[in-house]
Amino acid sequence: MEGIEKLLKEHPFFEGIDAADLATIAGCGANVRFEVGEFICREGEEANCFYAIRAGRVALELSAGNGDIVIQTLDQNDIFGWSWLIPPYRWAFDARAVEVVRAVRFDCSCLRAKCDGDPRMGYDFMKRFAKVIVDRLEAMRLQILDMYGKPTVGV
Amino acid sequence: MKVRPRDFPREDSARASSAASILARDALPALLAALRTRGYQLVGPTLRDGAIAIDRIDGESDLPIGWTEEQDGGRYRLRRREDVAVFGYTVGPWSWKTFLVPPETKLVTAKRDAGGAFTVDAGLAEEPKYAFIGVRSCELRAIQVQDRVFLEGPYVDRGYRLRREAAFIVAVNCTQAAPTCFCVSMRTGPHHETGYDLVLTEIMEGQRHEFLVDAGTERGRELIDELALRPAMIADVEGAEAAIDRAVAQNGRKVVTDGMRELLYRSYEDPRWDDVAKRCMSCGNCTMVCPTCFCTTVEDAADLAGKEATRTRKWDSCHTLEFSYIHGGSLRPNARSRYRQWMTHKLATWIDQFGVAGCVGCGRCITWCPAGIDITEELAAIRRSEEARHGGH
Amino acid sequence: MESQLLESEQTSLADPMATRPFRVAKNQREIDGTHTIELRPADGDGFRFAPGQFTMMYAFGIGEVPISISGDPARAGTLEQTIRSVGAVSAALCKVRRDDTVGIRGPFGTPWPVVPAVGNDVMLIAGGIGLAPLRPAIYHLLRNRARYGKISILYGTRQPADILFRSELESWRGRFDLEVLVTVDSAGRDWRAPVGPVTTLIPRAAVREGIAMVCGPEIMMRFTVQTLLDRGFDADQIFLSMERNMKCGIGFCGHCQMGPAFVCKDGPVFAYPDIEKLMRVRGI
Repeated sequence: MEGIEKLLKEHPFFEGIDAADLATIAGCGANVRFEVGEFICREGEEANCFYAIRAGRVALELSAGNGDIVIQTLDQNDIFGWSWLIPPYRWAFDARAVEVVRAVRFDCSCLRAKCDGDPRMGYDFMKRFAKVIVDRLEAMRLQILDMYGKPTVGV
Repeated sequence: MKVRPRDFPREDSARASSAASILARDALPALLAALRTRGYQLVGPTLRDGAIAIDRIDGESDLPIGWTEEQDGGRYRLRRREDVAVFGYTVGPWSWKTFLVPPETKLVTAKRDAGGAFTVDAGLAEEPKYAFIGVRSCELRAIQVQDRVFLEGPYVDRGYRLRREAAFIVAVNCTQAAPTCFCVSMRTGPHHETGYDLVLTEIMEGQRHEFLVDAGTERGRELIDELALRPAMIADVEGAEAAIDRAVAQNGRKVVTDGMRELLYRSYEDPRWDDVAKRCMSCGNCTMVCPTCFCTTVEDAADLAGKEATRTRKWDSCHTLEFSYIHGGSLRPNARSRYRQWMTHKLATWIDQFGVAGCVGCGRCITWCPAGIDITEELAAIRRSEEARHGGH
Repeated sequence: MESQLLESEQTSLADPMATRPFRVAKNQREIDGTHTIELRPADGDGFRFAPGQFTMMYAFGIGEVPISISGDPARAGTLEQTIRSVGAVSAALCKVRRDDTVGIRGPFGTPWPVVPAVGNDVMLIAGGIGLAPLRPAIYHLLRNRARYGKISILYGTRQPADILFRSELESWRGRFDLEVLVTVDSAGRDWRAPVGPVTTLIPRAAVREGIAMVCGPEIMMRFTVQTLLDRGFDADQIFLSMERNMKCGIGFCGHCQMGPAFVCKDGPVFAYPDIEKLMRVRGI
């Protein structure tokens, strides 16, 4: 368990976190590894975990009929998975390892119970996730603008 | 500089002034003739299209003698005067920029050979030598504002420089102002200060009809000497000044210029711009009549055989949608942003760009706006709007 | 080199509105609708410019448009311009063939701060065709590599097929003294590099301070600046290249005004504090 705690301390998501909280959260974590091309989760499946990526690249994909589209990639020091926070707890995309991925996987039924039991910790944790969600949302806004697209008029 | 005797005490009004001379009313043709003899094409006020235009003239008879105008926001009417004043009006829709920055200027002609290569002829035609007759103080200041654009930046507009340097300026001090005038607020008139070759002040007292004339340059002085004018008396000078003071009193509009630039920089989001946008038709009249507006576009044309192509510079207006066109659309897509650009340019950004305001208080934009939008009122409204919000700065 | 750069900043032309004929040496299609034209002056005289400057390119009988110079400032006598076909003039310029003649006026405008950047780490951030105006700065930095600290090139574009100067980016990425990160807004599964806006590359870059040179759509630059400031870059060390409609390039036509600035002569490269407020006003 101490090993997980040490890994989490190096991850920016947990920067500045209360030591006792970190120990609690680390108790829900486990080291995982995904091979190239392996799916980490699939759209529509039950979301019962999130991942803190330690190394490697994860592609978030949506199936668009004529092929799968990569909508975002996440790398070392990123977090992915917030579907566990909000009912009905289902993944909204596929996640696939583009490179060998090493991550800490958090079991969220364990984590949800701990957060419910300690609202102060739960609130701190929620704020960290809110930042991840907002960053992701801002990035997505820029992407959907199609700002490099060919203009319809010009000289 | 006011026309003022230099070497005599003011109370000695019976003695001659060494600085100024008197040009008899019937000697005006001789002055114009002397300019023509020197090779100048005369340009001056003349009746055209129901207004006092500025155009090429042949002589005194083309001047709008005995005419004046009534003007106010969105309104202009010619009217007969009860006298035969030569310069008894103010400013009309045209300004001297028509001759210094013509509405259309051919920039280059490119000729293409059979192989597809082309050569470029900058077509540096000989520029006309103009004598401008009857330039008002605000108008001369406007010319000096445009000098900063075309002569004093990193690049010089060659054609402008040639026309400008050649132009002989016969200035006129205003002895009456229009309700749309605000040169006093802008500190651009009605007294001429510098930049003229000759300056006239029309004196009409009873049967007396003369011009006080003074030279601002050596070539102006030579002309006066050639005409063998009688020296002005101190009384003449004082009479002229009293007449000019009438124009000061008649300035019909006022603006507060203190802090004007900073006010406008703080007011990009003022709701007043939405208000003026409802009235502004984006017609561009204000930019066409403005004596300092310098924006242009370039039009390209080629002959049908594709052998010869021309590039023509034309007046443009920031009130059009196309003006700020960039790939993807217009950067100023509505009247609000375009009017704001125009007025903020005149009264604020111009000062940063060229060291002076882009407005000389001539009032043309007020008169020739079909909606009667009044730049002085818009500025005052913006000031009131800010004061209402913040209790003033 | 430095003195040359400074010299060409002060370029002044006898008749700045008279276009100068250049012969097309090569027309290279880069990506869909974007071409790089290599030009030589028809009069045989040289052509010098500083990285970041632009020219007014003239297509015979059709018109003139401002186009960034995309070539190497050290290759005297050769002018490379990268043009995206977005209208009549740019489309005509994209179609020129070897030995055709086009007109050039310039170079105009302010350069990238490659001289003040000496001794510093440098981050270059480009979006879409915004890589073209930065390429002369990249050439200059690499030619004078020893004089600069760490260099990161961050590039974002729409999709993998729209990566400008792709083979060059790949060869730069192979260097040990340069970091190149590329991201796209969307991609298929065969794309193994990042997907996301260019702003997401900034926290990953090796350069963490120093001078940032940014070129791309205005909205991309706004968000990029914010991310740079969040990362601790000094506002006055961030430089942006602005784009406006220009008819003359020399401050006469009035079209390119952005508040008090004329983008043609006060820009196109601005230090961020000089245009920060203007970038926040819509429709300015």
